Formats: sequence, structure tokens, C-alpha cells
Amino acid sequence: MDALAMGNYGAYVWSCFGLALIVIVFIEWRARVRHNQVYRDIEVRIKALEEQP
Amino acid sequence: MWKFFHQMASPPHFYRIAKVLIPWFAVPGLMLIAYGTYAGLFVASPDYQQGDAFRIIYIHVPAAYLSMMAYMIMAVGGGIGLIWRLKLAHAVGAAAAPLGATFTFLALVTGSIWGRPMWGTWWEWGDPRLTSELILLFLYFGYMALRSSIDDTAKADKASSVLALVGVVNVVIVHYSVVWWSSLHQGQTLFKKGGPAMDADMLYPLLAMILGFTFLFGAMLARRLRTEVLYRERRTRWVRDLVMSPEGGL
Repeated sequence: MDALAMGNYGAYVWSCFGLALIVIVFIEWRARVRHNQVYRDIEVRIKALEEQP
Repeated sequence: MWKFFHQMASPPHFYRIAKVLIPWFAVPGLMLIAYGTYAGLFVASPDYQQGDAFRIIYIHVPAAYLSMMAYMIMAVGGGIGLIWRLKLAHAVGAAAAPLGATFTFLALVTGSIWGRPMWGTWWEWGDPRLTSELILLFLYFGYMALRSSIDDTAKADKASSVLALVGVVNVVIVHYSVVWWSSLHQGQTLFKKGGPAMDADMLYPLLAMILGFTFLFGAMLARRLRTEVLYRERRTRWVRDLVMSPEGGL
């Protein structure tokens, strides 16, 4: 419990670590989604071009 | 040496190498952050003035350091792109900007949270470090807005690179603000004359966090750069071959 309380600064300390975790996970997740999206868009466009007579 | 740089500047070569590099940056980065978080939260002694609130330093300092480093990467990339017309250099700037903005935001918010119990206020407009860091965030926003407002990639690269280079002045101000002006924000702790003003049990986790964040930033930058390269080169032969190859190139 002492570790959670952080000498009565727990809310400040843990919120910073929590925010950092959320922000880093979010930007990494966004980067992966964006990469897959760009790749799939290119794939669809190229396949459409290949199928054109 | 020049052959290495020449190869790395080639988009298809970089695209493949970056995929290999990502885990080599991410794994040591996460290990260092895990050690730094554990040692910073549970091993380091409380500060004699700030008590346990000082532990915010383990997020705030790496984030603030990356906010400046990302900007310098963006500006150097822009400069190289303008002078030597390397396409990859402009892509570096475009990929680094959202990361820099994110870490600047994190530095500002954690600084504000730290300031509340220590200074008695969330924000102080008169403080040069706080204000110049906020201007840095606006520079990132301006850079990204400028890029997205110009459809022609080459023109967007040029305009945003000029903005990035001009904004370097603000990075210098952010860095030296605590030296040039007396303010609420504490002075330099790590890079002061006579060595760091911290005990070893506080210092080592901080160094681990800074190094860990830097490695993680490298991995995130490499991932974003792959996407940027893929998008910019979407009409080229090598991307077509990559996408159509049986093993794919995701």
C-alpha cells in the first residue's frame, strides 16, 4: 500500500506513469493500423490495375 | 561509409532494413524501461525535498528530451532533404513529427502534474521553460498542418523543412531557458558542471529510462518511416513487386 500511496503523491506519480503507458501504446497501435491500411490500399489498387483488360 | 549511406537512402533497401531493425530497438528499449520503471518507483530513495513526487522525473525527463531530439531529427532531415534532395530525409521529418508532438504533449502534461504539488500551480505562463515547450508543441502542430495542407509532396517537403529549420531557434531556447532565466522550473540536473546532481540510486534508473525511451523512439520512428516510404513510393515498380510477391512485404 505504501508503494501505491507514494507518500501521498500517488495520484500524481501513478497518473504520469499511466498516461505515458496509454500514450505510447496508442501511438504504436495507430502506427500499425496506418501501416496496414496503406499496404492494403496499395495492394487493392495494384490488383485492380492488374485485372484491367 | 558513403556506400552505406547511399544504400540506406535507397527506399527499397531502407524499407527492408527497417523491418529488421525494429525489434533490435524495441526489445532493449522495453527492457531498459522495465528496469528504469521498477528501480525508479521502488528502489530509488525519496527526494529529501520533493519526497516521492520526484519519481515523475522518470517519465517527464525522457519525454522532454525526446521532444527536443525528435525536433532536431525533423530539422536535420529537412535540411538534408533541401540540400541533397534525398527523398528519405524528408520522409524522416514527416515520420518524426507526430512522435515529437506526442512526447512534447507527454512532457507538458507530466510537468504540469508534477508542478501542482511542488509549485502549487498546474501552469505558469511566466516560466520560460514551460512556455517555450508549449511553443514547441505548436511548432509540431504547424509542421504537420502545413504538410497536410499541401497536396504536392515535393512542395510540402520543402515548405515544412523550412519551417522545421526556423523552429530550431525554439529548441535552443527550450534547452537553455533554465540557464538564461531564473524560473520556477529547476535548473539542469544531468548535464551540469561537476556531474549530475543526483544520487546513484536515482540516477541509474533515470539514465535507463532515457536510453530506453530513445531505443523505443528509434523503433517507433522506423515503423512510421516504413509506412511513409511505402506511401511515397506507392506508384513505383519495387512497391508493386513487393506487394505482389508471394511472401508479401507487410
